[in-house]
Parts: sequence; structure tokens; C-alpha cells
Amino acid sequence: MAITASTAVLTRPAEPVAIRDVARTFTAGGSSLPVLRDLNLDVPAGEVVGLLGASGSGKSTLLRQVCGLDTPDAGRITIAGTPVRGVDPRCAVAFQESRLLPWRTLAHNISLGLPRGTERAAGAHRVDELLDLVGLAEFRSHRPGQISGGMAQRVALARALARSPGVLLLDEPFGALDALTRLKMQDLLLDVHAAEPTTVLFVTHDVDEALYLADRVVLLGDDGRGPGNTIVSVTPVPGERPRDRADHRLAGLRVQLLDGLGVDTHHS
Amino acid sequence: MSTPTTTDRSDDLLTQQDPPIDTTLPAAGVTPGGVTGAATTPTAPSRPRGLRSRRTLVGAIVPLGLLALWQAVTAAGVFLPVQLPSPVAVWGAGVELVERGELGGHLAISTQRVLIGFGIGAVLGLVMGAVVGLSRQADVLLGPTVGAFRAVPSLAWVPLLILWMQIGETSRITLIAIGAFFPVYTTVASGLRHVDQHLVEVGHAYGLRGPRLLARIQLPAAVPSVISGMRLALAQSWLFLVAAELIASSQGLGFLLLDSQNNGRTDRLLLAIVLLGLLGKLTDAVIGVVERRLLRVWA
Repeated sequence: MAITASTAVLTRPAEPVAIRDVARTFTAGGSSLPVLRDLNLDVPAGEVVGLLGASGSGKSTLLRQVCGLDTPDAGRITIAGTPVRGVDPRCAVAFQESRLLPWRTLAHNISLGLPRGTERAAGAHRVDELLDLVGLAEFRSHRPGQISGGMAQRVALARALARSPGVLLLDEPFGALDALTRLKMQDLLLDVHAAEPTTVLFVTHDVDEALYLADRVVLLGDDGRGPGNTIVSVTPVPGERPRDRADHRLAGLRVQLLDGLGVDTHHS
Repeated sequence: MSTPTTTDRSDDLLTQQDPPIDTTLPAAGVTPGGVTGAATTPTAPSRPRGLRSRRTLVGAIVPLGLLALWQAVTAAGVFLPVQLPSPVAVWGAGVELVERGELGGHLAISTQRVLIGFGIGAVLGLVMGAVVGLSRQADVLLGPTVGAFRAVPSLAWVPLLILWMQIGETSRITLIAIGAFFPVYTTVASGLRHVDQHLVEVGHAYGLRGPRLLARIQLPAAVPSVISGMRLALAQSWLFLVAAELIASSQGLGFLLLDSQNNGRTDRLLLAIVLLGLLGKLTDAVIGVVERRLLRVWA
């Protein structure tokens, strides 16, 4: 499933991310919920990192902090050495729901992601390129209500790429899709990453997905040394992408990671 | 608002429609980028033209039936003509008024009052609704007060308006504007308040804030509720027009109602009622067309 090489005129080089001593506690109406603590992670430019963890383990919170949609209470996050303050233009996010504007065409929705001040012609060219990249060129004038969930998610991915992100953040991007579409989307993401190699952080519940896509799988959870969650383990995934889904080495890691998740569910 | 869904999310259809991710081979017969949406979409059928005219025909059954019943009842002499004149007599009254050159004036002044009052009330309602719907502080500050004013039955303002503005166009149009203001205010405020927070977050994530966020996400998302507010407000405007013209005026359909009652001209009275119904329906239909156009895009 090869994608014809795209002439990405507007792409930004991949950026490294550094997360230092990050902590986050949510407070609502007097009660406080510690979510993250003592979190340290270095993601080199161009790496694909999967964030794995049980529900409520703070995966999404961490992801939102990297792009500036949420702010840590303590610690700091830097992209290419400069700290993230507010919504960072070097990042792009895609969510579990496609969150497309229903009144806009797909092409228009993708153009929402273009960096501010993009020249009109260059922007239009980039949108065409991205529509090609996600295989929806002939649906450019459709509206989100007329397409399937998988297609909508591809548009959301294209919209994120339109921003030419140095860091691409994906919050369970395939979580709401059926199993088959999900596998196709995983391959599409690998193709996209091959065509436009940016740094990718993605959140998932799915161990297999993490092992298939990531260079490293980061497991978030409670390590028993305090309230809230932190990194329990970082697992480098062997082999080059695209990986064989039936690779026996992955099978071993899978058991190990599921074990990590299982222990967590017993604790919480 | 029961717009027929243009989307069929059945699995079979989706798998058929879902194009292969591999894009090296464009589908035969499709020029990339040259395809307009609706023409090729299997999921967006254009409604056959026959269906709409059939709808109009079915919709006409009850009014025509009522007309026939009216004619039959009056022809049979069930009611005195002063209680219920025949449709023919009402038609005759209309023709007579047209020949005397009076009907046009009544219609014109009433329509003008409604349009001006509605315009003023709707614009004010839009602005106030936007402020209260978008800013939590404004909501806390202004919401209760506007809510209290809204709770006053709007006709209760009539004596005060007459006291302040005397009897005249100003007080009439103000009353209509009051009637139009509240439906627009309420729907716009709640429409903006309930814009999908997910979409707003997308806007933030893609660097939109302030006026750009408003223009690209919040306002468009609230368009359906703005339109339904406008529709309600227009209906209210006609209601308040009649109230204003019944109380004090020398022209207009409300005046025609009152004047006919005083002179025992039930035929003219019925004529005024029918005309009010027709005009109200007509202006509502205009907004309805705009609404359908927009919802086709928005839904």
C-alpha cells in the first residue's frame, strides 16, 4: 500500500519533545484528583511514541499538555528546546471523534488546519496534496455528514497534517472505528509518517495498535509511590516498520504490556 | 424541523462507498478534483420534483375543504350573514375595498410596520443574544434582568409605550420590536451557549481565538438556532402588529378588523383575518426557504 511521494512544500521538520517533572492535579468544587506526577520523557525528532494506559491514567491529559490545550501544574514541556506556552503552532492534534465542521466541505475542513498566513494558492495546493495522501481526492466537495466514520477520521488526520506539525498528537484517533477500518487506518498512518516523517505521540487503549505503530510504547499507570500516575515502563519495539502483525517478538511484548495494564486495573 | 436525512450510514453502503486507501489508481471516469458533491454522491439523492408538487396538492386539501364547508354552511342559511358571510361575500368585500383604493394602503402599512419592527427587534435580539451567549460574565450580569423583562407579558407595555411615545408609528413599531426581540434573543443566546465544545476546542487547537473563532466556528454552528429564532420572531411580529393596530391606528389590517367590527361589516372582518393569515404564512415561507437552503448545508 504505497503512497505516491508527495511534494510537501509546506512541511516543517520533525521536532523533539522533552517532558520534565510534569505533574497535574484536577480540582473541581473543592475535591482534587491527582492525575500525573513526576513524569519525564524524551522523544527524539521523528520518533513514534505510543502512550498506553488504563482509562483515567492521564494519557490524554499528557497529550493535551504537549500541544498546550492543558497546562501542567509543575514541571515543563519543551519542543525543540523552547517551552510550550498556550496552544503551540508547532503541534497538531487529532481526536477520537473527527470533530469536523459539518457545514464545510472536506477540502474546507482540511484548510482549517493550514498555518495562519498561508498563501491562498499554496494552501489550496497543500489541501489537494493531503486529500490525495489520505485517498479522498474525489470526495473533496462532500460534507462530513455524507461520509463514513473512517473517512471522517482520515479528513481529521489530513487537517492535522495541514498544519505541517513538527509534532503530531493523536488522541485515540482510531478508537471509535470498527476493527477492519482501524487496521486500514493504522497502515495509512504508517504511510503518512513515511511520506511526512514528523514526531508522533499517540494515545491508545489497544496494545496491538501500540506495538504495530510505535518505536517505543510508554505505559502510564500508578507505580504505587504516590497519588496519580506516572510512567511505569518504556518498551522499545523491535524491528522496522511496517511490522508483521504476527511477529512472535511482538507477541511476547504484548503479554508483558497487557500484564502491566492488568496490574493497573487491579490497583485502581 | 424534520429534514429528511441525506445520510445513510448502513454498513453495506459505507463499505461500497469507502474508497481504497491506495490512491495510485484513480477510479475510472472520475477526474480528480472535478467532481461536485451532490451529483455523484450515492447518499445524497435529489428529491424528485413530482414529490414536492404532490405535497402541495395534499396540503391544499384541508383549506379547500374548509372553504367548501364554509360555502355550504352559508348557502344553507345556518348562520345569519352578519354572523358568517359567505366566501363570495368576503371576496366581494375585498374587491370593493380594492376598487375604493383602500386595501392596498392597509396591506402596505401593516407589512411595513411588521418589517421595520421585526428588523429592529431581530437585530437587537441578535446582538444581545450573542453577547449573553458568548460571555459568561455578560450572562451573569445581564441574563437575570433580560429574563425578568421577558417574563412581563409584552402587551403589558402598551400603556407605558403610549404614555411615553404617544399614539403613533413609534409606539407601534416599538411594540412589534419588543415582540420580535425576545424569541431571537433567547434562541441566539442558547444556540451560542450550546455550540459543540468539541468544535470550539478544535478551533483553539488550530489557533483560532476571539473574533476568528466566532466567525469560523461559533456563529456558523449557531445558524440553525438563529434561523428558528427569526421564524418565531416573525410570527410574534404579526401578533403584535394586530395588537398595536387594534389599540390605536387609522390604517392597517388591525384597524380594518376593529373598524369592520364597529360597522358590522363581518365580510371585511373575515377578509382582514384571511389576509393576516396569508401574509403571515407568506413571510414565514420566505424564511422557510432560507432555512432549508442553510440547513441543507449545515445539517
